[in-house]
Amino acid sequence: MAGLAPRIQERRQVSAATRLGRAALIFVSIAFLALLLLAPLGAVLAQALENGWQAYLGSFADPDTRAAIRLTLLTAAIVVPVNTIFGVCAAWAIAKFEFRGKSLLITLIDLPFAVSPVIAGLVLVLLFGANGWFGSWLQERDISIVFAIPGIVLATIFVTFPYVARELIPLMQQQGSEEEEAAITLGAGAWVTFLRVTLPKIRWGLLYGIILCNARAMGEFGAVSVVSGHIRGLTTTMPLQVEILYNEYNFVAAFAVASLLAVLAIVTLVLKTFVEWRAERRTS
Amino acid sequence: MATWFRQPSILPGFGLTLGFTTFFLSAIVLLPLAALVFKTSSLTWSEFVGVLTDPRAVASYRLSFGAALIAAAINGVFGFIVAWSLVRYSFPGRRLVDAIIDLPFALPTAVSGIALAAVFSPTGWLGQKLSIFGVQVAYTWLGVVVALILIGLPFVVRSVQPALVEVQRDLEEAAETLGSKPFYTFRRIILPAVFPALLTGFTMALARGIGEYGSVVFISGNLPLKTEITPLLIVIKLEQFDYGGAAALGFIMLVMSFVMLFTINLVQAWGRRRLVASGR
Repeated sequence: MAGLAPRIQERRQVSAATRLGRAALIFVSIAFLALLLLAPLGAVLAQALENGWQAYLGSFADPDTRAAIRLTLLTAAIVVPVNTIFGVCAAWAIAKFEFRGKSLLITLIDLPFAVSPVIAGLVLVLLFGANGWFGSWLQERDISIVFAIPGIVLATIFVTFPYVARELIPLMQQQGSEEEEAAITLGAGAWVTFLRVTLPKIRWGLLYGIILCNARAMGEFGAVSVVSGHIRGLTTTMPLQVEILYNEYNFVAAFAVASLLAVLAIVTLVLKTFVEWRAERRTS
Repeated sequence: MATWFRQPSILPGFGLTLGFTTFFLSAIVLLPLAALVFKTSSLTWSEFVGVLTDPRAVASYRLSFGAALIAAAINGVFGFIVAWSLVRYSFPGRRLVDAIIDLPFALPTAVSGIALAAVFSPTGWLGQKLSIFGVQVAYTWLGVVVALILIGLPFVVRSVQPALVEVQRDLEEAAETLGSKPFYTFRRIILPAVFPALLTGFTMALARGIGEYGSVVFISGNLPLKTEITPLLIVIKLEQFDYGGAAALGFIMLVMSFVMLFTINLVQAWGRRRLVASGR
């Protein structure tokens, strides 16, 4: 899903009619995007600042909101490294070796993208809920997964599962393994080969995957909503806190928390564009 | 490891990385999904059919699928125009527009949901203007469509863009030299080359739209039989501790996802074959 904006070459003289058509299409594109993407973004900021900066900043004094921010950061801090390690392992196995069932494995890794986030939460409730497969076993040991933080982490791992792997697999397949083979032949160990040969080659792709994984991990709503139980101050992440505040008609606070998430999205886009630009410069 | 299973290689780490990958995949994705299938199979056939043919469930499929279909079709048209403008024309701010396409991927769905509700509610700045014409978007099925257009847009644009870059300009120029009108060139040269990519983007947007939850529930109003999407019905059943009913609906959605995934793979394989056949 890399952004593609190759340089345009003006090849020939164009007629007035073509120029008019061109302007119309550009206008339609920009108007469509402004209406669909920028208007909602502007609405978030406008609503958050409706009662001024004081009220805006005051929204973050709420201890429940602070707890939600902490929980979101904690979740991302667990989920992103786990899925990064998984993604690198999966990409190494798939890109460096030829084995049976590889395309099935790739399809299965992509599966969480195709499944509704609500299903991701539902399956965890079926497994770990009070009436689930492991429900009574967990209850005897006084461990709670659903309606507690472990459930939120597991649901988030599920929905962000493919992000890093998806970026790395095609990149590493395209890069081939000659350099790694040379390193091994010259006597380098496996770990040294990965750190000194592979990692520098894939670092931009890896970073790209991590950025997208992090954005989704911090912003996931559907899956987390099903397993969280919405216990205020304990199991609400930022998106859930937005929902709670919104449903209480506390719009300024809801949009204030939402504005933090919107800033996160914009930072994500900026970083992503930067990484793409770096990767492009490396190849050209 | 036996060579029938894999080709020999001097690179290390096959057992470790493949083992960890399959273990983690099984634990996080496959085992939970198996639990869903298992739970569904614990229902009797008549219970299963009863859940699926409940009028409220049927109304929710119609909305989820119908709205996703309309949204994906609208994205097919506008996503194509956006991709076309970005690939073919240079205009001020093109890179910015290109970067902003991915906003729906980066913006948490709950934020898009409340933001759209704010824009399109009868008191919101667009909703106000639309209500003059008697159109209400928020809290109707139209709201669901708008939310799904937002969510699906990047899938179409990002699928079509690379395919448009690949279209051979000399073919177009040859057609023009031979006197073909722009629309004819578009229909006979550009569209056939881009169609598999457009169809892939359409199907991805459709699949995502059917399962979408966060951005929809804030703008749809969630009225039973009217503006209730299937994922929301699953959440409601879970809140009522009707795990069997939730599992049955989840199972149907899972089957839908598999069908979509399979379709996307078929379309992509077809596109690749066509590319080879046309000698590129």
